[in-house]
Amino acid sequence: MAIFITKDSKVIVQGMTGAEGTKHTKRMLASGTNIVGGVNPRKAGEKVTLDASSGAGAPQEVVLPVFGTVAEAIEATGADVTVIFVPPAFAKAAVIEAIDAGIGLAVVITEGIPVHDTAVFWAHAVATGNKTRIIGPNCPGLISPGQSNAGIIPANISGAGKIGLVSKSGTLTYQMMYELRDFGFSTAIGIGGDPIIGTTHIDALEAFEADPETSAIVMIGEIGGDAEERAAAYIKDNVTKPVVGYVAGFTAPEGKTMGHAGAIVSGSAGTAQAKKEALEAAGVKVGKTPSETASLMREIMQSIG
Amino acid sequence: MDLYEYQAKDLFAAHDVPVLPGDVASTPAEAKAIAERFGQTVVVKAQVKTGGRGKAGGVKLAENPDETEVKAEAILGLDIKGHIVHRVLVTPASDIAEEYYFSFLLDRANRTFLAMASVEGGMDIEEVAATKPEALAKVPVDAVKGVDRAKAEEIVAAAKFPAEVADQVADVIVKLWETFVSEDATLVEVNPLVRDPEGRIVALDGKVTLDENASFRHPAHEALVDKQAEDPLEAKAKAKGLNYVKLDGQVGIIGNGAGLVMSTLDVVAYAGEKHKGVKPANFLDIGGGASAEVMANGLDIILHDPDVRSVFVNVFGGITACDAVANGIVAALGILGDEAAKPLVVRLDGNNVEEGRRILAEAAHPLVTVVDTMDNAADKAAELAAAGV
Repeated sequence: MAIFITKDSKVIVQGMTGAEGTKHTKRMLASGTNIVGGVNPRKAGEKVTLDASSGAGAPQEVVLPVFGTVAEAIEATGADVTVIFVPPAFAKAAVIEAIDAGIGLAVVITEGIPVHDTAVFWAHAVATGNKTRIIGPNCPGLISPGQSNAGIIPANISGAGKIGLVSKSGTLTYQMMYELRDFGFSTAIGIGGDPIIGTTHIDALEAFEADPETSAIVMIGEIGGDAEERAAAYIKDNVTKPVVGYVAGFTAPEGKTMGHAGAIVSGSAGTAQAKKEALEAAGVKVGKTPSETASLMREIMQSIG
Repeated sequence: MDLYEYQAKDLFAAHDVPVLPGDVASTPAEAKAIAERFGQTVVVKAQVKTGGRGKAGGVKLAENPDETEVKAEAILGLDIKGHIVHRVLVTPASDIAEEYYFSFLLDRANRTFLAMASVEGGMDIEEVAATKPEALAKVPVDAVKGVDRAKAEEIVAAAKFPAEVADQVADVIVKLWETFVSEDATLVEVNPLVRDPEGRIVALDGKVTLDENASFRHPAHEALVDKQAEDPLEAKAKAKGLNYVKLDGQVGIIGNGAGLVMSTLDVVAYAGEKHKGVKPANFLDIGGGASAEVMANGLDIILHDPDVRSVFVNVFGGITACDAVANGIVAALGILGDEAAKPLVVRLDGNNVEEGRRILAEAAHPLVTVVDTMDNAADKAAELAAAGV
């Protein structure tokens, strides 16, 4: 098992025919993801031939159909996951289309979506009964190693194992997977660094707690907002599996946005110190650096075998 | 992007939110000329992007043009919480019968928008929220439904605005919502919103934060950027499409991915505790695709920061493999030539790391030290910076 995506996931790509979409569709195919098609209203009915080899060895050509709408793609392929690479100006419409087509999971990779647009597609998802899980936006997606890879996380960092990982940051996700690659991961998920995101730390923690193949969880946060504090409260009451935490941005000054639109300390709110204290009060061991965090997890994995 | 009060009020006026007339001066003489035009008692207000101007002596009443000149002279150049006053807003003084508070903002926790309103305006709203939470109405706003007349009336009722101004305040709330949505703001705040003795409702102050992700659909917002107040290195980085924030330390930082760079700043600050207290000099995220050109642009910015004593390049090779990053560093140093005159500590990990390290070893650039782990590399960079202090 794993969370949110498994070997049975059927994945479509909105924006597959764009440069980023094509590049990452090839990578997802090469790591074994069952990609069943793409969506582009201007290229509906066309076929796209991609090389799904990982670069070494003989090319493996895969022919993928392009559909005009998400609904048509689902109808023809039974797709249950969409990965969205469309540019910021068109992302709101793409996500709303995916929600209206009733797809189970929409992974929004696009960076730079205006927050009013995200607020609108999120409100639309809520108003229509939360039938579509949204991950992102501005996120690297998620990977269940050896099963499926929906997004841009490199598949060769780590294989399958029993650690679950949830993080706001892409490269810190990669760093942590790399440090703990000898143990491996059930699922690693990057939830994104925007002020409004779909799937939260809490949603991922809940799913990892319920997943029999996950035995411990790494949670990576960063400055801004109070998502980590709320996750700490959730862990205290609901999570029985060991959780190790890391928070980036201890030395970030007030009022400066650190790369992610959501990563900003305003007044006394959103500091790394407050997040660390909240997590520790919930019984989470918090590392001072990524490598110390990996060491804490290593000890836990060794003790539970 | 935070706006100055006068810019916020210009936006309000463009959306028919009632504001007082006013004009901006950057010299005492200009302030005097504005006061002469108004021909009445005026208020001279420091234009800074921080709160607490009044307490810091940044807001003064002036009864005539000569006094306006004197007051402007006193306010221009003031340092208010680290913000130097370069401009003052001169606006007719208004008699105030009552002061209220109103704002629309992003509610991250609930993933929606929020209206906040209080009939106890004029003071620090965080203080009201802390000491008299019942006096601050918080009404969630659905991003799809927005704020129509009925929703505005709901907010007015929740905040218990007096009956005689309820209609007018509801009108203003609808117009502030129009401002909030059509300008892609993440904050629109009016404190105080006042009732004057004639019973009119006026936005006496304004605070607006605009979403820079939305700038592609607001070409006019570019003109609101205060080039004068921008850090020159930040402006140069922005022009090259780099995500750079100037900090006050000595170790230049380049990394890929916002989270990893934030983490790098922390690790360098910890390491600095053992090396004369050196700190990170900047935040610079060169993003996922660390091409030679992007690396050269990044190094160019950082090596031209006079505060920088050493540079820490911390890259995790994901989609872009370490060999490409290593080639980027070597090419960047070639492009920069003699301008690259500060020691570089490079830590590479991830995709194709052995090849990346081999390329750097082979290039054997005299300024480059390759270190295996992030913690050890941070220590080395801090040590080199401390040696140069």
